[in-house]
Amino acid sequence: MRAAVVVFPGSNCDRDVIHALRTTVSADTETLWYESSDLPKNIDLIVLPGGFSYGDYLRCGAMAARTPVMKAVRRFAEKGGLVLGICNGFQVLTESRLLPGAILANQSLTFICRSCTVRVERTDTPFTLGCRENQVLEMPIAHHEGLYFLPDEEISRLKKEKRVVFRYCGPDGELDDSHNPNGSLDNIAGIVNERGNVMGLMPHPERASEKILGSDDGALIWNSLHIWLEKGGR
Amino acid sequence: MDCKIFGLRKEEYETIKKQLGREPNEAELRILGVMWSEHCSYKSTRRLLRQFSSEGKQVLQGPGENAGIVDIGEGLAVAFKVESHNHPSAVSPYQGAATGVGGIIRDILAMGAWPVACMDGLFFGDPSKEKTAGLMQGVISGIGGYGNAVGVPTVGGKTVFDGCYDGNPLVNAFCAGLVRHDGIVRSNTAKPGQITVLLGSRTGRDGIAGAAFASARLEEDTKGSRPQVQIGDPFVEKLLIECCHELLSKGLIVSMQDMGAAGITSSASEIAAKSGRGVLIHAEKVPLREKGMNAWEIALSESQERMLLVIEPRYFDTVAECAGKWQLECAAIGEVTDDGRFRIMEKGKTLVDLPAEIVGGGCPEIHWPSIPLSESLTKDLTDTVEPEYPDEWGNHVLDLLSSPNLKERAWIYEQYDHMVQINTVVPPGGPVSVLRVKGSERLLAFTMESDPWSCGLDPFAGGAETFMKAARPLYVCGAQVLGMTDCLNYPSPEDPGNFWALEESVKGLATAASEMDCPVVSGNVSLYNESPAAKILPSPLVGLVGLLSRREEYLSCGSWNEGDKLFLVGPIKGSLASSLSKRLLCGLSSGRPFVFDAAKERSFRQKALETAHRSLASSGRVLAGGGLTVALAKECVLSKIGAKVDPECFMEAFEVFFSEGGPRALYAVPSGKEKEFRELWDSFGCAFIGSVSGERLRIDGFLDLDIDDLSVAWKG
Repeated sequence: MRAAVVVFPGSNCDRDVIHALRTTVSADTETLWYESSDLPKNIDLIVLPGGFSYGDYLRCGAMAARTPVMKAVRRFAEKGGLVLGICNGFQVLTESRLLPGAILANQSLTFICRSCTVRVERTDTPFTLGCRENQVLEMPIAHHEGLYFLPDEEISRLKKEKRVVFRYCGPDGELDDSHNPNGSLDNIAGIVNERGNVMGLMPHPERASEKILGSDDGALIWNSLHIWLEKGGR
Repeated sequence: MDCKIFGLRKEEYETIKKQLGREPNEAELRILGVMWSEHCSYKSTRRLLRQFSSEGKQVLQGPGENAGIVDIGEGLAVAFKVESHNHPSAVSPYQGAATGVGGIIRDILAMGAWPVACMDGLFFGDPSKEKTAGLMQGVISGIGGYGNAVGVPTVGGKTVFDGCYDGNPLVNAFCAGLVRHDGIVRSNTAKPGQITVLLGSRTGRDGIAGAAFASARLEEDTKGSRPQVQIGDPFVEKLLIECCHELLSKGLIVSMQDMGAAGITSSASEIAAKSGRGVLIHAEKVPLREKGMNAWEIALSESQERMLLVIEPRYFDTVAECAGKWQLECAAIGEVTDDGRFRIMEKGKTLVDLPAEIVGGGCPEIHWPSIPLSESLTKDLTDTVEPEYPDEWGNHVLDLLSSPNLKERAWIYEQYDHMVQINTVVPPGGPVSVLRVKGSERLLAFTMESDPWSCGLDPFAGGAETFMKAARPLYVCGAQVLGMTDCLNYPSPEDPGNFWALEESVKGLATAASEMDCPVVSGNVSLYNESPAAKILPSPLVGLVGLLSRREEYLSCGSWNEGDKLFLVGPIKGSLASSLSKRLLCGLSSGRPFVFDAAKERSFRQKALETAHRSLASSGRVLAGGGLTVALAKECVLSKIGAKVDPECFMEAFEVFFSEGGPRALYAVPSGKEKEFRELWDSFGCAFIGSVSGERLRIDGFLDLDIDDLSVAWKG
């Protein structure tokens, strides 16, 4: 796998993602500077990492969504390239309209950093094909703005199209308010676009990709991508 | 000239005249007024700080730099320091705390290290008061707001509540960074011909008035200077870290300094003095935020997120290009000279011309009178009034667990990103925070402690206990202690009783650290922590860095298994004097705190390390706040299993179960290891107290509680 991890000014999980990609699936990984309008050749995956792009002084991800690299990312996605946005990267994807919805401040109005459990809702995406249906993954969240929001009619469409990939849940997969850390609509933690090649999620798989960090469930996502690409992208 | 306006004492002014051989001009006086302030010069405490030993084969850098550095092997080292941001946080909790975090991160950056961990020592007043709640919220969101955005995890800390901090909250920020031995940057390497470059934010009028008029405020308000608070910008700090490391990796930096207190003046004069050189600053070359700033304002501005670099002039264009990439201001503002002078010129005119070494190091020490607080102290120490100890302990234990000083801290540390950089192996919340070092088997372990109540009763014993409270959990988890940093928080040294407590507690700290072979490599002093309402207890805070050679050496806590045998090692009793139990029952501390015994502590260290390294226990916890009972309760809650404890063997059961201090720990030992464990600890003191089983904590005759009730009380 050849992966590029975008670095915006203020990204702070870029090195973590690179470490996870290299240690779990030995991905050939490089960084991609936000000012680049061209992508490196033969890239399989672009990751928009977590952090505070542009300090998040405007709406989270709004500035980053308007950088030259995002034009290239859009073209890449339109051609079917795999794009993964984690945390701030998810916010950049919604701000770029590569994914629907808006990500608002947590219901608690505080930053929340803790381990969470999410349920895998779909296993036919490039990001989750190595997971079992309804498998519960332990991955941390760390955000102040993580409440996924969509207007009623759009959320029903999203659900109908089965584009919700992860939902916050209890340890046994139960979906209820007490296991929804940030007040996201319908416990949504991660979604894909219509084509299924662009995913955004709030939890950090790169923080849960090694046993020594408390969980290696996040490695399932890197492994899924690896398998998908090995199989020639289907 | 009235030197007091500039914050200088008459004798200090005379010293300046003598050293200069002339009258200083106004700009020079303003600069020396700031540089010779307590904050920058340590003039009241320099003599005391000499008691700290910084000797140790692992020490790569002792006090005197931006941070101390200890070797962790494999060519790697850890730079670390703690610094106070007390007054700014009292005035403006969010920005005060945020810029405290920003400042300490830049100190670590200045050593060439990559910041990997932050911790914070927070001291708040009575939490039931509305003012405290607001302050707390501001400070905690300030720390999170800055640390989270800058991408350095906040992995631990210490939070203390006591009425003495009403109006005098303390915010002590700690940072540690990783650096390769050959990547360490020092300030003594500048040579004539090299240039000084200002990198980062533009310079504004931030904080100048507060610093320059400190003395005037002193006249009105003897409680100390209240420097104006800066505004932090973690985004720029993040860019600064990235940019400095890109420059370091290309070998473009000779030396660098953080610009904290006294801005350009302190950073430039420090490089000049340490290198035995001079420095010339051209004020008009400094990029400014606002027009019309004069030279001394520029020299003393405390605008945040700036670094001063010393580079070879031929590299300037490359440096400027890198700064541009990271959207940072970059300007060559001066040069290193060989005349030993700190000079500021503006458009060709010399405005400041001082010997570099007197700017940072010329201030004479002040020896404040010291008088033992004998009367009140003796009364407190010999007070035999004991509270009525409850016969039934259940409610008392629940009260302890839910009291502000013991209550679980998830509501604080979950507001901090404690995982970014993916090194956090043991997250905050426990006695020790553990980080891995990528590419190595080694693990770093951190603790932060303070015991103001013991220091208030018997400052020497309290100082020693403060160190031990930080060190013992490291020993129990299996970590060697590599080094210490400290923040000495005290009220005004001008009161002889206060100064005595300062002297004695520093002596206690220094004695314990040196007896336990722990070098003190960095630190900070914060005096005048008092308001008209109250003055703080002597509140020295200790931060320790420990090392584990590999994961298998680590012994966790909260990891009991069914059938484990429980052992109390160490003295059967600690002291109730400053215990949380007594403070809760009587509303005060009185009596004699635990007396430091170096030989016992060393023996404890050896046995605790052996216990962890030989895997003789499934769980180990040092007895701290609330004593043995609270240790049992926490272990039950974390392990989600109960225990049956038989206290029959003990006389004075209350003291055994609730006293604090001294080398005492609770171990859970699997039955197969019991013999080896006993053989190791028997000579030290090792009492079998019960077994792990069931879903309740039962101490026969005294207490019988469901784990869920304990959990609710503690975690709320």
